[in-house]
Amino acid sequence: MLRRRENWLKALDGSSENLIEIRDLMYSRGSRVIFKDMNLTIKRGEVTALMGPSGTGKTTLLRLITRQLVPQHGVICVDGVDISSLNQAGLYEMRKRFGMLFQNGALLTDYNVFENVAFPLREHTSLSNRLIRHVVLTKLHAVGLRGAADMWPSQLSGGMARRVALARAMVMDPEILIYDEPFVGLDPISMGVIVRLVRRMNDALGITSIIVSHDVAEVSTVADCSYLISDGKVAASGSPDELHAANSELVRQFMHGMADGPVAFHFEAPDYAEQLLGRDAE
Amino acid sequence: MNALIRDIYNSTHEFVRTFGAFQLFFLRLIRHSPRMIVRRPGLIVKQIYNAGALSMVIIMVCGLFVGGVLGLQGYANLSRFNAEDSVGTVVALALIKELGPVITALLFAGRAGTALSSEIGLMKATDQLAAMEMMAVNPVRRVLVPRFLGGVIAMPFLVAVFTCIGLFGAHLVSIDLLSVDVGAFWQQMQLSVSMDDIREGIIKSFVFGVVASLLAVWEGYNAMPTAEGVGRATTRTVVISAIAVLILDFMITAVML
Repeated sequence: MLRRRENWLKALDGSSENLIEIRDLMYSRGSRVIFKDMNLTIKRGEVTALMGPSGTGKTTLLRLITRQLVPQHGVICVDGVDISSLNQAGLYEMRKRFGMLFQNGALLTDYNVFENVAFPLREHTSLSNRLIRHVVLTKLHAVGLRGAADMWPSQLSGGMARRVALARAMVMDPEILIYDEPFVGLDPISMGVIVRLVRRMNDALGITSIIVSHDVAEVSTVADCSYLISDGKVAASGSPDELHAANSELVRQFMHGMADGPVAFHFEAPDYAEQLLGRDAE
Repeated sequence: MNALIRDIYNSTHEFVRTFGAFQLFFLRLIRHSPRMIVRRPGLIVKQIYNAGALSMVIIMVCGLFVGGVLGLQGYANLSRFNAEDSVGTVVALALIKELGPVITALLFAGRAGTALSSEIGLMKATDQLAAMEMMAVNPVRRVLVPRFLGGVIAMPFLVAVFTCIGLFGAHLVSIDLLSVDVGAFWQQMQLSVSMDDIREGIIKSFVFGVVASLLAVWEGYNAMPTAEGVGRATTRTVVISAIAVLILDFMITAVML
């Protein structure tokens, strides 16, 4: 096992422009294999999109990259460091370089909006209250919710909660920002602002962004590189334009939202008529 | 037959594994406790308020009526032997050594324990604990340790309040209602209750506080992240805490006799 890990590490590109490298990743839950021999590279300073049909494990992949989950095989390197080899202190140091926007926002319900955004600052810095207030209001202003600073998570809509979570994710000015379905539940105005914000932050601060999204149109406007994940592997990769022009049936079906193609809309099931008749007979 | 042996093996294996994990979990809480006490006392004080002050009303009401019932029963039974003056002794020993710690622990598990496990379970189900992990904040240290310590510290105070209010309830019933002699009531109590009895009550209250708080945070932290999972964890908190408290009560009593 140790020798195999050494081989994986040797096989890594090691290039400084690759921030995250995944090699021969295998992860299964029970008997269900989610990833098998997956290879993927995320370049430094780019906005990378992870797309794919529902249930392909995009969120699971994010959790593997941040070591909330541990793979059965393979290696995941962040900035040249194999994250499986880190102890808890090392892992927490690494995670300080990440900011993550969860699918449901994951706001702390004990705290109001202001304190939610201030939470990482209070835990990791010794900034004065005045400075914390300044930073938090700046971040809330960026997501358009400065006026909601005194509201509680239960008073926010889903879209507002996600915008607060975005402010919290970026309050420590992380090097890597991870967005899990950032566009769900946003109205068109908020979505436009957030898409521009993602791009602007990425370019202005020189950070690396990873977006998991189904929203092909919005992702195409913001991503430098997209990976289409299907059947536990990377089915296609490239710029949004390259994916739009791809000949692969799977890519065309996904990018153009077609019902017919390799990816079935219906989950595997017995014959419809037989099942209905069988039920009637009971 | 083979299936039966396999089932027994699997159940035993699962029990041993869970018990081992439970012990490691307890050690993690203990390991992080000194740092939290020194660096974040405010978080612990808040949890003492949640577990202790917010349980005060139910503890006081129950204590009053338990004391009242003990006064009634004590009078009714002791008067058969013309020993009604000893009702103060009976009530005091029962409350200080047994009923105070045990009933308070059961009430604590029902009110504060369920609140703790459902709160932690919901935090897990809504990814709040995962979000803390991603913010490089250890949820065991930040969320579980203050709640555990809050419960452990609050319990002896709650037991003291329960016992005092119980004695007051017994006083009301025995003296004001049943006309037991007030001097005999308190003097008999003073003569027969020793420091050893009070020490036994304090030890029990501390042990029950550790057990009830530990089980509550354990069940919440290990709850399935679903509505049903949180509900089950809450129920298990009450049931397991009640059983554990009663078994430990027997063991401590046997040791301290």
